[in-house]
Amino acid sequence: MTLFKSRKDLLYLAIFALVIFAMPLWLKPFGAGYPDLMQRFAIFGVFAIGFNILFGMTGYLSFGHAAFLGAGSYAAVWSFKLLSLNPVPALLFATLVGGVFAALVGVVSLRRSGIYFSILTLAFAQMSYSLAYSVLMPITHGDSGLQLASSDPRVLDRLFGADGTLPNLFGFSMHGMYGFYFCALILIGCFYFSMRLDRSPFGMALRALKSNQTRMSYTGFNTKPYARTAFIISGMYAGLAGGMLAVTDPLAGAERMQWTASGEVVLMTILGGAGTLLGPLIGAVIIKYFENIFSAFHPGRLYETFSFLPEGVQNFFVTIISPFVGEGWHLTLGIMFMLIVIFLPGGIMEGGKRIASALRNRRASGRHLQSRQFEPAE
Amino acid sequence: MDWLILQFLNGLDKGGAYALIALGLTLVFGTLGVVNFAHGALFMIGAFCAVVFSRLVRLETVTVDPERLSPWGTPLEVRTPMVEVWLGDFGTFLVQYSVPLSILLAIPVMLLIGWVMERGLIRHFYKRTHAEQILVTFGLAIVLQEIIKAFFGANAIPVYAPEAFSSSLNLSETLGIGTSVFYPWWRLIYLASALLIIGLVIAFLQFTTYGMVIRAGMEDRQTVGFLGINIQKRFTVVFGIAAVVAGVAGVLYAPIVSPNYHLGMDFLVLSFVVVVVGGMGSIPGAVFAGFLLGIVESFASMAAVTRVLPAIDQVILYVVAIIVLLTLPRGLMGRKGVMEG
Amino acid sequence: MSNMVLDVSDVDKSFGGLRALSNINLRIKEGTTHAIIGPNGAGKSTLLNVCIGQLAPDRGAVVFNGDVITGRQPHEINQMGVVRVFQTPAIFPDLTVIQNVMIPAFSRRDGAFKLNMLQSVDEQREIREEAEHWLEDVGLLSHKDQFVGSLSRGDKRRLELAMGLIQDPRLLLLDEPTAGMSRHDTNTTIELLKKIKMRGMTEVIIEHDMHVVFSVADRISVLAQGQIIAEGTPEEIRGNPKVQEAYLGGKQE
Repeated sequence: MTLFKSRKDLLYLAIFALVIFAMPLWLKPFGAGYPDLMQRFAIFGVFAIGFNILFGMTGYLSFGHAAFLGAGSYAAVWSFKLLSLNPVPALLFATLVGGVFAALVGVVSLRRSGIYFSILTLAFAQMSYSLAYSVLMPITHGDSGLQLASSDPRVLDRLFGADGTLPNLFGFSMHGMYGFYFCALILIGCFYFSMRLDRSPFGMALRALKSNQTRMSYTGFNTKPYARTAFIISGMYAGLAGGMLAVTDPLAGAERMQWTASGEVVLMTILGGAGTLLGPLIGAVIIKYFENIFSAFHPGRLYETFSFLPEGVQNFFVTIISPFVGEGWHLTLGIMFMLIVIFLPGGIMEGGKRIASALRNRRASGRHLQSRQFEPAE
Repeated sequence: MDWLILQFLNGLDKGGAYALIALGLTLVFGTLGVVNFAHGALFMIGAFCAVVFSRLVRLETVTVDPERLSPWGTPLEVRTPMVEVWLGDFGTFLVQYSVPLSILLAIPVMLLIGWVMERGLIRHFYKRTHAEQILVTFGLAIVLQEIIKAFFGANAIPVYAPEAFSSSLNLSETLGIGTSVFYPWWRLIYLASALLIIGLVIAFLQFTTYGMVIRAGMEDRQTVGFLGINIQKRFTVVFGIAAVVAGVAGVLYAPIVSPNYHLGMDFLVLSFVVVVVGGMGSIPGAVFAGFLLGIVESFASMAAVTRVLPAIDQVILYVVAIIVLLTLPRGLMGRKGVMEG
Repeated sequence: MSNMVLDVSDVDKSFGGLRALSNINLRIKEGTTHAIIGPNGAGKSTLLNVCIGQLAPDRGAVVFNGDVITGRQPHEINQMGVVRVFQTPAIFPDLTVIQNVMIPAFSRRDGAFKLNMLQSVDEQREIREEAEHWLEDVGLLSHKDQFVGSLSRGDKRRLELAMGLIQDPRLLLLDEPTAGMSRHDTNTTIELLKKIKMRGMTEVIIEHDMHVVFSVADRISVLAQGQIIAEGTPEEIRGNPKVQEAYLGGKQE
C-alpha cells in the first residue's frame, strides 16, 4: 500500500510541512517568530484540526472539547511525574486519556444530535470543570494546578538514569526551539492523518452524515458508530494537544477546561473555515496571534503607542481601545465570533474562495452572460 | 423535620431561578425555533440592573458638619444619599427599597435589550442552522458578559434586600410547620414573586388570544404563518417577554447571590439542563423540572449527603439530566420532533 | 410460497382516530413489478413507510424474504436489501453528484459500518465506474462533479433513482419516481425501470401517472381509504368497475 494515493496530496503535504517548518523565518516580520508563540500555534492547530473532524466533517457541534484538552494536560503531567520526563510516553498517555474520556462522554452525548448534543457536551465539560476543583483534587491539585516536583518518582527516568527537571526528549529541552520543531512535527502528522481521513470512504461517510443523517440510515449506514468514531478521534486530538501544552510548559490547571476554552476552539474552526482541512489551523494561528498582541496591551502601553498624537486625541484613542485589549481580549474575541458567524459563516477559506471567484469572474466577464444560463433551479 | 422543610424551601428558591430562566429559554425555543445561548446573560443583566439602581439611589453628597467632630478631631463628614436630600422621606424609601424598585428599571431595560436583540440579530438567524444560532448567541453572551465585566469588574457585587425584609420569618409560628423553622423574609418574597411571574406568563399564554396564537405557533409554526397572522411581530413580543422574565428574575435573585459577570453562564448551563429534562419547548415541563432540580440539588448539597458522596451537589443536575435523557429521550414533558436533528 | 419477496399481513395503522390502513394484505412475488395506486390520502405512502420500518404498524407484520422486518432499524432493513427511492428528493446536499451515488455503493459493499479511514476514495475505481455507469443511465453523467444543491428538481429525482439502483436491491420501493419530471424524462425513466426489471429486480411502485403504471406493472393493487379494494393484472384492474368508480372513472390524474 502506498502512503499517498495522489501526487497532488503528496505535493500539498510537502508544501504544508515546508511552510510549518519555515515558520520561524516568515513569522519574524510579524513579531511572532519566537518559540513560545509558535508552539501555541502548532498546539492549538492540532486541537482545531481534531475539532474540525467532529464539527466540520461530521456536523456535531461540541461545546465541551476543552474538557478533553484539560484531561490530556493532566495525563501528560502525571506521566512526567510518575514515569519519565520524556514527552513521548506523556503524549501517548494524553492521547489515550483524551480518547477514553471522549468515548465515555460520547456514550451519553451521542445518543442525541443537534442542539441536545451541544448542551450535553457543554454540561459534561462544566461538570468536569467543577469536579476538578472538588472531588478530583488529588488528581488535579485544584486551584494551584498540577506541577512537577523534585520528589516525583519518575520510575523510568530513575531506571535509565536520565535526569533533568523539565520535559526533554533525550536531553533536548522542550521549552525552546526544539520544542517548536517537536510540536511542528506532530502538527504535520495530525494534518496528514486528517487529510487521509478526509479523502477516505470513511471521511465521505462522515460528510454525508453531516449533510443528511436520516438519509444515511436509509442508505444502510449505521450512523452511530460513525459519529462515535469521529468524536473519539477528535477527543484524541484534543488530548494530544493538551499533552503538548504540558510538554512545552509542564503545568496543568482546570481553567483549561472552562467553557470559554471550548468556545475558543469552535471559533478557531469557524474563523478559518469549518469542514476545510487548512482552515482550522489558520483560525488557530490568527486567534493565538491576536490574543498574544491584544492581551499584552495595557493602558500604559497604549499611551505609549499613541504618544505621537496630541494629548486630547491620545486620551480619546486610549479610552476607545482599552476595553478591547489586555483583560478585554475576550470582548474582542466575542465580537469577532459574532461577526464571523453573521457575515462569513464559511470562514476565511470561504472568503478566499469568494475573492478568487470574483477575480475570475471579472477576468471572464465576457463569458459571464453565457454561464448564467445554468441558473440553479431552487 | 425542620431540616427537611428548610432544604425544601432552599430547593424551591434555587428552582425558582431555574424555572424562570428555563421558562424564557423554552418559550423562545418553542416559538422562534432559536437556541439562545445569550439567555443567561439576560438574567445577569437583570441582576446588574439591581446593582445600577442601588448605586444610583445611593449616590451621596458629602457635607461637613462643623458642630460635630469625628473621632480624629476633624469636622465630621456627613454622607447622605442625594435622593434623600432632594426627596426627603420618599428618598429614604427609594434607598431602602432599591432592589424591588429596580424592577421598574429592569423592565424597560430588558424590553429594550430584547427588542434590539430580536430585531437586530436573532431575526436574521431564523433560517440559519441551529449550529449557527448557537454560535452567534454564544458570541453575544461573551460580548455581554465582557461588557459587564469592563464596567463592574470581575468581583461579585453585594446587593442588599430592604432592611424590613432582612430578618427571618418564624414559619413554625406562622404556618405551624416544624418546631422552629426560620426563613429569611426576602427569600420568601422572592419565591412568591417567582411563582407569581410564572403564573402570569402561563395565564397570558393560556387565556389571552395573543397567548393562544403564540401557543399555536409553538405547536405548528407553518400553519400559523398560513393563517396570515403577523408572526414576526409576535416573535418580538415573545422574545421581549422572555427577556423581561429573565431580567426580573435576575433583579430578585441579586440579593441572594451577589451578581458577578459570569452569573449568566453559570445559570445558563444549568437552565439548559432544566429545559432538556423538562422537554424542549414545553413550558410546564420547564417550570416543573426547574423546581424539581432545584429541590434535588438542595438535598444533594446537605452535609450528610456530601459526606457519603463527595461533590455530588455539583454534578447531581447533570446526572439527573443524563438519566432522563437516556430513559426519556424527549424529557419529562417534551413533544416529538421539537428541535431534533 | 417461497418466492414471495414481501409479505404484508393483516396490517392496521391509525393516526389518532384516523384509520390510515386497515387489514392490508399484500404479497409480492420475486421478479415482479407491483404498482400501488389510489387517490390522494388513500394510505399509499403510509403503506410504504410501514414496509420499510419507518412506521410501526398497530397490528400485523411485514415479512421480507422470511424475516420479520417490522421494528428493525432503517439501516438494517436497507442492508437486508430493501431500498427506497424517496418521493421528495432526500439526497446529500453538501456532496457532489457522483459522491451522492458512491455513498450507497459503499454501503452495499462495506456494510453498515466500516473503519476504512486509511483507504482513499480515489483508489476505489470500481465504485467510481459503477457510479458513473448509473449516472449515465439516468442521464446525469455530465453533471457528476456538480454539487447537488444546484440541480433542478427533476435531476434530483433521477439522482435519487441512481442512488437506489446502485445498491442493487432485492426489493426496490419507488415512491412516485416520475413526479415532477418532464414527459421526456418520464419516458426515459420508464425505459430504465423496464431495463432493471429485466435483471430480475423486484419492485413496488407508487405512482399517480397511469401511463407509467401500465407501462411497467405486472400486478396492481388499488388502495382507497386505507383498504385494498382490488388487486390483479393491469388488464383486470382496467376492467374492474369498482376501481373505475373509485379512482379511474373519477378524475384523470
